[in-house]
Amino acid sequence: MTDSKYFTTNKKGEIFELKAELNNEKKEKRKEAVKKVIAAMTVGKDVSSLFPDVVNCMQTDNLELKKLVYLYLMNYAKSQPDMAIMAVNSFVKVVANAVAALSEISESHPNSNLLDLNPQNINKLLTALNECTEWGQIFILDCLSNYNPQDDREAQSICKRVTPWLSHANSAVVLSAVKVLMKFMELLPKESDYYNMLLKKLAPPLVTLLSGEPEVQYVALRNINLIVQKRPEILKQEIKVFFVKYNDPIYVKLEKLDIMIRLASQANIAQVLAELKEYATEVDVDFVRKAVRAIGRYAIKVEQSAERCVSTLLDLIQTKVNYVVQEAIVVIRDIFRKYPNKYESIIATLCENLDSLDEPDARAAMIWIVGEYAERIDNADELLESFLEGFHDESTQVQLTLLTAIVKLFLKKPSETQELVQHCFSRS
Amino acid sequence: MGEIEHFLPLLAQREAEGTLTPLLTHGHVHFLWIQHANLYLVATTRKNANASLVYTFLYKMVEVFSEYFKELEEESVRDNFVIVYELLDELMDFGFPQTTDSKILQEYITQESNKLDTGGSRVPTTVTNAVSWRSEGLRYKKNEVFIDVIESVNLLVSATGSVLLSEVVGSIKLKVFLSGMPELRLGLNDRILFELTGRPGGKNKSVELEDVKFHQCVRLSRFDADRTISFVPPDGDFELMSYRLNTQVKPLIWIESVIEKFSHSRVEIMVKAKGQFKKQSVANGVEITVPVPSDVDSPKFKASMGSAKYVPERNVVLWSIKSFPGGKEYLLRAHFGLPSVEREEDEGRPPIAVRFEIPYFTVSGIQVRYMKIIEKSGYQALPWVRYITQSGDYQLRTS
Repeated sequence: MTDSKYFTTNKKGEIFELKAELNNEKKEKRKEAVKKVIAAMTVGKDVSSLFPDVVNCMQTDNLELKKLVYLYLMNYAKSQPDMAIMAVNSFVKVVANAVAALSEISESHPNSNLLDLNPQNINKLLTALNECTEWGQIFILDCLSNYNPQDDREAQSICKRVTPWLSHANSAVVLSAVKVLMKFMELLPKESDYYNMLLKKLAPPLVTLLSGEPEVQYVALRNINLIVQKRPEILKQEIKVFFVKYNDPIYVKLEKLDIMIRLASQANIAQVLAELKEYATEVDVDFVRKAVRAIGRYAIKVEQSAERCVSTLLDLIQTKVNYVVQEAIVVIRDIFRKYPNKYESIIATLCENLDSLDEPDARAAMIWIVGEYAERIDNADELLESFLEGFHDESTQVQLTLLTAIVKLFLKKPSETQELVQHCFSRS
Repeated sequence: MGEIEHFLPLLAQREAEGTLTPLLTHGHVHFLWIQHANLYLVATTRKNANASLVYTFLYKMVEVFSEYFKELEEESVRDNFVIVYELLDELMDFGFPQTTDSKILQEYITQESNKLDTGGSRVPTTVTNAVSWRSEGLRYKKNEVFIDVIESVNLLVSATGSVLLSEVVGSIKLKVFLSGMPELRLGLNDRILFELTGRPGGKNKSVELEDVKFHQCVRLSRFDADRTISFVPPDGDFELMSYRLNTQVKPLIWIESVIEKFSHSRVEIMVKAKGQFKKQSVANGVEITVPVPSDVDSPKFKASMGSAKYVPERNVVLWSIKSFPGGKEYLLRAHFGLPSVEREEDEGRPPIAVRFEIPYFTVSGIQVRYMKIIEKSGYQALPWVRYITQSGDYQLRTS
């Protein structure tokens, strides 16, 4: 026999026998074989060449056998990480759970570097994404969003691998994918075709999220609010999707209204105003107030809409619904401030509603208007005097506004109002 | 008991204030909750957890429990609390969702068994496999797949009669009775797919899907690359995909209404319903719900087709037409008395809602061109396809 016998060979010897047994048809034989492999491993023999055969035994119903295979795998994963990754495909739930656990630990210990995100790990995560359950996918996507790509090329390549997940049925998967894309988009050159294509791709999934259950809609809307603030171009064509439906829960209605205003522009004036007017005639007080305030925000945001907003507000004041009138007057004051000397013709109508104002904001707003446009109001002094009657009962805000207004009046019509001013100072 | 004791009082308080939201906070603890029948399912967290994950998981839990107990409500939880504990243990681990597929769970958490045998316990390979939604070794004598294409039409019409929102939400549901681990490929007349493969237009009409969502079994990267829909299906019923598209098609059932209210005297309502779809199709089970003030009395109806009834608990008139062919127009006149003392509070104006079902019909024109079924034993399987259109959120505002 030559010295070649000293070289281990796969053709005969212990390893060869074990290999045959691991591939035996009978389950019992395989189980015995794995036990022998583990035993060999424990005493320090190198059984790493049996890796593929052992991993094959993983596809079994027998819990005990499975655990033995895992034991083997854990032992060799450290010394043979590349081989361990080969088995990852059967193990993806473990990967996803590990990622989730590490992410959670990292969060509570910000300075430790437990989950080292580097390009190689990112690649493994992206591969695992394909194979795990929807919950695992959410963990992995959330983890990805913590990564900072080195350059725009890497950001783009990751975006490309994440975009398929916008088509997942699970809304949480979609939102997590959106999160990753929104973050990585920052690094892409804004004029590139890919960037613009991505902007277009993001809109439909966001819109579809609004067909989900109300709580999911709520979370989606809160996120969309932020997205619209950051990148309004994504959803600017989709304002109709945020029109409020009668049976939406109140928390959904309020969010939709907020987003509607953010998306409001010159292009959609007529439609949006018609909607807001409709909302202002609904029953929920909170919602109605917000709708009226939205009309005001709209007027201030889009100058071309101001005139129509003002006429809509006048229509609403004519309804004589108390909280509508009060909210409308506050809003009109703000419109006057933004666009001075444009809409004074309506002041007469406003003055007619003085008596119905009992909220401090509304009273203060009315007083401001009277003071500011005193020269156009014949009976400005009478109006302010009526407020003065109950001066001590008014809130501080109203008192201060009243003082300012009376002084303004005095400066504009000194002779008539001298008495009023003296009266006022004696009261305060 | 802990933090959860604060949940119900907080809920009641916020409800009274009218500021109820799905997420409530008490101190450092957040409650994320949904309601199902007479149960509240509440998740608690102290950190900035992924909210959409929590809500989708809560709904998934409801789905799993409903599969086990048919009806999920307080009594079914009490009756089955052992199973509930076992399921909760399997559904979630330290706050991370695990196995939520009810078919798989049913393999090792069954109604009968209370204890797990210690020797030779069967944990399905599906729990750690890459294909976590289908068990191996399924056998059927007759291999079949049933495909249901269900389109729901969502419509919102303003009080002045202009269409504000008109969209179709489609769902393709499968009932799979196939042996082994078959690979399936679904072929639709998808416009983007046609463009990619250079199919000529013209005779073959295609459908433009604005947004598509898939069950987790579908290989999303393949779809993203070349619009191929390929998957290993779960066994039994499941929703393969859903899609959404906006449509310029005329609303299928158009309603014109005139509601005249004579204070302290009467309300007169005239409703005209027009079927704006092709003559060969018929809408079944049409129900038109017309809101009426809550203080009306003495209803009198005259309908040119179908029957109308007053439902006082809901403050509506329900006009039912069993069979409504395309192109037809029907009229309803309703007359109510009003009390001489008028109500103080404002009631709002709920919209008119319509329900209907039109079989063998889709608004979008979507077509299942083929369903390829490939399994290593090489059996032939038959796919069956059915199309139906139904009302989704279909409302017309009144003036």
